[in-house]
Amino acid sequence: MKFVRTLKMASLALRHNIMRAALTTLGIVIGVAAVITMMEIGNGAKAAIQRTMASMGANTVVILPGAMNIAGVNTGSGAMMTLTPEDVEAILKECPAVAYAAPIVRARAQVVYGNQNWVPTYVYGTAPAFLDIRDWTDMAEGEAFSDHEVLNSSKVCLVGETVVRELFGGQSPIGKHVRIKNVDFKVIGVLHKKGANLMGLDQDDILLAPWTTIKYRVVAATLAAGNQSSINAANTAEVNTLNTIYPETAQNLYPVPSTTEQTDTAQPIRFANVDQILTAAPAANQVSPAITQISDLLRQRHRLRDTDPDDFIIRDMTEITKTMSATAEMMTKLLLCVAMISLLVGGIGIMNIMLVSVTERTREIGLRMAVGAEPGDILRQFLTEAVLLCLLGGTMGILLGRGSSYVVSLVLGWPTAVSVGAIVAAVLVSASVGIAFGFYPAYKASRLDPIEALRYE
Amino acid sequence: MPDMEFIELHDICKTYHLGELDLPVLRGISQRVARSEFVALMGVSGSGKSTLMNIMGCLDHPTSGAYWLDGREISGLTPKERARLRNRMIGFVFQSFNLLPRMTAFENVLMPLMYCRDNLSDSEMERRAAALLEKVGLAGRMHHRPSQLSGGEQQRVAIARSLINHPQVLFADEPTGNLDSRTSEEILHTFQQLNQMDRITLVMVTHDPGVAQHAQRIILIKDGVIDSGGAPQSAGGAS
Repeated sequence: MKFVRTLKMASLALRHNIMRAALTTLGIVIGVAAVITMMEIGNGAKAAIQRTMASMGANTVVILPGAMNIAGVNTGSGAMMTLTPEDVEAILKECPAVAYAAPIVRARAQVVYGNQNWVPTYVYGTAPAFLDIRDWTDMAEGEAFSDHEVLNSSKVCLVGETVVRELFGGQSPIGKHVRIKNVDFKVIGVLHKKGANLMGLDQDDILLAPWTTIKYRVVAATLAAGNQSSINAANTAEVNTLNTIYPETAQNLYPVPSTTEQTDTAQPIRFANVDQILTAAPAANQVSPAITQISDLLRQRHRLRDTDPDDFIIRDMTEITKTMSATAEMMTKLLLCVAMISLLVGGIGIMNIMLVSVTERTREIGLRMAVGAEPGDILRQFLTEAVLLCLLGGTMGILLGRGSSYVVSLVLGWPTAVSVGAIVAAVLVSASVGIAFGFYPAYKASRLDPIEALRYE
Repeated sequence: MPDMEFIELHDICKTYHLGELDLPVLRGISQRVARSEFVALMGVSGSGKSTLMNIMGCLDHPTSGAYWLDGREISGLTPKERARLRNRMIGFVFQSFNLLPRMTAFENVLMPLMYCRDNLSDSEMERRAAALLEKVGLAGRMHHRPSQLSGGEQQRVAIARSLINHPQVLFADEPTGNLDSRTSEEILHTFQQLNQMDRITLVMVTHDPGVAQHAQRIILIKDGVIDSGGAPQSAGGAS
């Protein structure tokens, strides 16, 4: 029998009891719709995570100083001071896969304005490239500091929305002066709002200043107060800002060496270290060459032998992106499992109704056999009906799924993305559900004895 | 075997197994029906006449015995081969018409052609169906559903359906059982016409002697064997 005729016959049979066909296929409709919706929400979540990562600084590579062992005791990362501002310049110059590089000097400090005070989560000393890396170049107000101000270690700063709210009560802070560890900073810009990052930390609770200013005017003072070895630091000129303002805070416990003594004594060479270096590759596929280049360059610059371990750590966001994507994917798969179960239940519904249909139409089957339908013809007819039912359900499910994912993105504001794979899979799955669950009833019909079938009441 | 009749039954037995119980329905039936003969199978209900017709119509196979239809041994065929044979050579007319209620008369007549493997064109199929419906006098009611037709009309649709593949033999199982006497006459007249004009072999099962009278020969069946008491009634067959 021609396939077109089988199809026509099947659609006729389904049209005969349209309500039942619709209800039967509802299971498939819901199953397929659930699959599509889940896939699209899952895809949307993945895309959203990628976007979030981009706003956190896509293609970012962070270089941290490494850990070291002192007599078998690990000091934890950051204990070594191995990264220098010169490293930053070298990276920028010699690594073609790095577009931006900025040093970061961290501080934890109270910021004072008038009678208000606030301790921002991040007080970073950095360079203007930081804003490029973090995709933060658009100021909400004012303007960013320049490389010139970094060179001058100008006492200027940029503040985030949270700091504006906490210190200035939401009023424009431009031109106002704040104090950090008694160093006076002029606010020249307000960063635009970013919200919380993936870890839930408020990215707007930030104060940015030239790294030279933070390093030499703010952090150095902290070191002087807390670090034994910083007695030497007292000898270096750049940390003495506080001494000039408050001479009494830097008491000379030791006799001050005379000029002759000073010139005769070898000065401890203190290089300026930075807490981390933030770099960015121009594109996602440049991240891993960038890592290789940076690693090679730093090993060379730090004069490490082949046997020495790295004295720095390189991290890139792609790992976090991957982790996040994997999490989203796992959730999608879980939801997909649930959706698949509903598809299975839908398939059982189809089988049930097909069995009823075979019983109901026993006489018809008997007659068709009497006039010459082969068992295969009967099998094909019922199988076609089941598959047609499932495909119709699948089509409606796709429409419903697309619709509901649209509604979800509209009402709940969840991001969704069209998944062609899901649509193709839904069609294939619903067709195979039709074949799998339609086969038994169809087989049963084809095995009927024509005489008994004709006699069936 | 030379000189073989169109239908040859040799010692056909049919036993139904109902659990432990063996129920013999046909117990050794030998019979010949010539081509273009009009035979009535008569017997009371339970005599096995319907079972015999089912075997002759290739719907069923005998427990033992041999059956030749048009020189071909049938009892060993697979269900698929029998289906093809039914499609090509045999037409059925049932007591309860057995029309498909969802389809129009026209579509009902067309239905057996769906299973015919001749690859007829749609127009050829439709031409045939229309011609047959016209022949049974239903030209104006082609597109009515069975529920919109009277019993006699339905049976005539069923006859048209049985003829669509130009069968050589027609089996009618109590074709007038559900019809009033006047309509029955019409249907039987149609059968006689088919037999005489189109030379179609006809085997009609009935319990009604009045209906059986229309046949050329009556085969009386009683308790699964041919009642020789019915022999004098026969017109001596076609031979």
